[in-house]
Amino acid sequence: MEFGFSNEQHQFRAALKRFLDDHSSPAQVRRAMVSDQGFDRTVWRTACEDLGVAGIRIPEHYGGAGFGYVELGIALEEMGRALCCAPFFSSTVMAVEVLLAAGVEQYRELLLPSIASGRAIATVAIAEAGGDWDPATVTMTADTSAAGVILSGSKHFVPDGSAADVILVVAREPGSAGLEGLALYLADADSDGLTREDLTMLDPTRRMARLGFDHVRAERISEPGGAGLALSRALDHAAIALANEMVGGCQVLLDAVVEYAKLRMQFGRVIGSFQAIKHKCADMLLDVEHAKSAAYRAAASIDANDPQVTQFASLAKATASDAYMRTAAEAIQIHGGIGFTWDHDTHLWFKRAKSSQVFLGSPDWHRERYLQAVEIEAVA
Amino acid sequence: MSHDTPDDVRTSVRAWLEANWDPQSDLITWRNKLADSGWGMPHWPPEWFGRGLPVSFNAVIESEFDRINAVGVARIGIRTLAAATLLEHGSEAQKAQFLRAILTGEDTWCQLFSEPGSGSDLAGATTRADFDGERWIVNGQKVWTTSAHHADWGLLLARTDWDAPKHEGLSFFVVDMTQSAVDVQALKQMNGHSSFNQVFFTDATVESGNLLGAVGDGWKVAMTTLAHERRGADALRRWGQLSDHRGLIYDEERAEISTVMEPYKWYAQRTGRVDLVLPRARETGRIDDPVVRQEIAKLLMLNSAAQWTAERAKAAQATGGPQGPEGSLGKLASSLIARAAADVHTRIGGTDAMLCGNDGAADGLIAEILLSVPATSIAGGTDEIQRNIIAERVLGMPKEPRMDGGPFRDVPRNPTRS
Repeated sequence: MEFGFSNEQHQFRAALKRFLDDHSSPAQVRRAMVSDQGFDRTVWRTACEDLGVAGIRIPEHYGGAGFGYVELGIALEEMGRALCCAPFFSSTVMAVEVLLAAGVEQYRELLLPSIASGRAIATVAIAEAGGDWDPATVTMTADTSAAGVILSGSKHFVPDGSAADVILVVAREPGSAGLEGLALYLADADSDGLTREDLTMLDPTRRMARLGFDHVRAERISEPGGAGLALSRALDHAAIALANEMVGGCQVLLDAVVEYAKLRMQFGRVIGSFQAIKHKCADMLLDVEHAKSAAYRAAASIDANDPQVTQFASLAKATASDAYMRTAAEAIQIHGGIGFTWDHDTHLWFKRAKSSQVFLGSPDWHRERYLQAVEIEAVA
Repeated sequence: MSHDTPDDVRTSVRAWLEANWDPQSDLITWRNKLADSGWGMPHWPPEWFGRGLPVSFNAVIESEFDRINAVGVARIGIRTLAAATLLEHGSEAQKAQFLRAILTGEDTWCQLFSEPGSGSDLAGATTRADFDGERWIVNGQKVWTTSAHHADWGLLLARTDWDAPKHEGLSFFVVDMTQSAVDVQALKQMNGHSSFNQVFFTDATVESGNLLGAVGDGWKVAMTTLAHERRGADALRRWGQLSDHRGLIYDEERAEISTVMEPYKWYAQRTGRVDLVLPRARETGRIDDPVVRQEIAKLLMLNSAAQWTAERAKAAQATGGPQGPEGSLGKLASSLIARAAADVHTRIGGTDAMLCGNDGAADGLIAEILLSVPATSIAGGTDEIQRNIIAERVLGMPKEPRMDGGPFRDVPRNPTRS
């Protein structure tokens, strides 16, 4: 396991950072987050065409760049730093991971090239009213009695669910339970009987929707009934992606607050000279470094086909979630009154921290899952 | 013979060991021979018991010693700090006087820096050394002195100028610990062990030749010692292990190691013993408690994240990055881990956490953990000092305004015991 980044990886990061500095400044984020679909289509198209961001991890024979998860992690970290409003997490991460893990070849060939080029925006509908991303809890059943597949029910917290052209739906065979009987279905965004309703998000920079399925025609795109484990693996990957996105947000908050503490004067000195503030910042740095280590290690474990991916995914997700939330809360605290205002930018990251904390499983849920993985490893 | 590559070095050291290693020899005779050969401390200068080789060759050389179970020079304890300090700041006469007996293990050393009135603020030392025209006369008290009760020599930081600013009025001495004016008393810790000493100086004397560096250079010299102390922790772990080979020379080596390591026998417990958490939770059945499970997971995650952070820092250094304040992050993490582990051990032990000794959980080991962990966030620089270092040197935040400028005589300080 290498713990450093290569020169090529540093250059890749620098190129992304330049693009995001130009196209995802806080002012631009504020405009995008209140726009119709929650992101700027022109910026997304440019990012896809000029930088190929939508195809980072898609293999070359499907039209992608064929990079590994470490490179995807770098992109996510920079996106998280800039709080970029884009269908990156939904399409480039979740849909691609689910297709690569569970999709049959015919549909990978059909869907991945258009996702890679950015022509199509895809998303994954897993969670339901309970907000649970464990595929074993899915209750939506696929009716296969008629010709074709009919989906009925509702899916919640679908990222970019309103903007997506392609919707990948996880549903189960009638009578099945747990990870058994799960399969992946493809529904067209303009299908009859499909309703899409934007949820009012606490974090306006990541749009999610509630999808209603009233006898919606769909196609099964995984092997019948056997997608449970593959979906779990895809969600591990998504959790690792989210952890990498979170550490970018952590770092920008820490940088901003340290900068502020060096300038803000009270009692005749800059507040950064008070140990009460310095010690908070030192603790924040430790938190951020730990979260980075966990996120980087987990991303590398995917590329290395490490058997501990599940364990590292939960470790990274829980560690980064807690670090991001603490960092965001302390960033507001150290800014004082100004930090509680709408015009100051810190609350944008605070809201992303809060939504990321519970998206794809809460820290408590991941800790329990991690410990189970550790116990299994100890026995093996 | 050229020593450009590790292979050249391996060939040379192997040839020398084959010609000279004698397991029937006694420890001192062998080590004198080894010191003269330069293979005992190959990265030291050739004129002082070394061969001037890069430190990076040491692993190869050690592996040749290990291959035939050859005993090395004395490399554990405070003597290693003394050697490093002498090599950097000692006069030729001082090196000639002290280095050989350090390597043979004949002399043991201690470090006399901390005082009851100056812990984190080491430069606030008030132990005084006054020159009477012939020798230095030392009065004062030192504390937390490992090995003082059997040391032959001490590295002493003492104040020689009370009108100079705090850091500029200190000087560094080598003091003879066997004189009667030096009174060493054991210091008992809250965990019941006595690993350290208090040392009282009452008109103790230091020969004028035993001033290390110039008068007033004490702080600078002490910084050298402390830098080596920070680096030495790993070596202590590696060389603290006892061999199981038979023979006089091995018996003598084991005795030496046991003496040096004795104060550290509870040190593993300072870490909080994360390794015991899962076995203890299974043993007691507490592994099934969802609250305990959350705390165990938090602890194990923190432990892994800290390990990986240390590896990242190491990787960054390997590619030319600076070494330094990252160590403070690691030290701070160790404190958090130790405290979290003690908390988890308490949750697992439940009511048994009230017990110790034979009545205590795991024959008192858990109680020893609970009572040893508080040392972690104090010894070697408190957590608060580490946070200052991180904030100032990593994050570039300004220092707090100081109240200790001007002549040391006028600096507010703790009352000294008479």
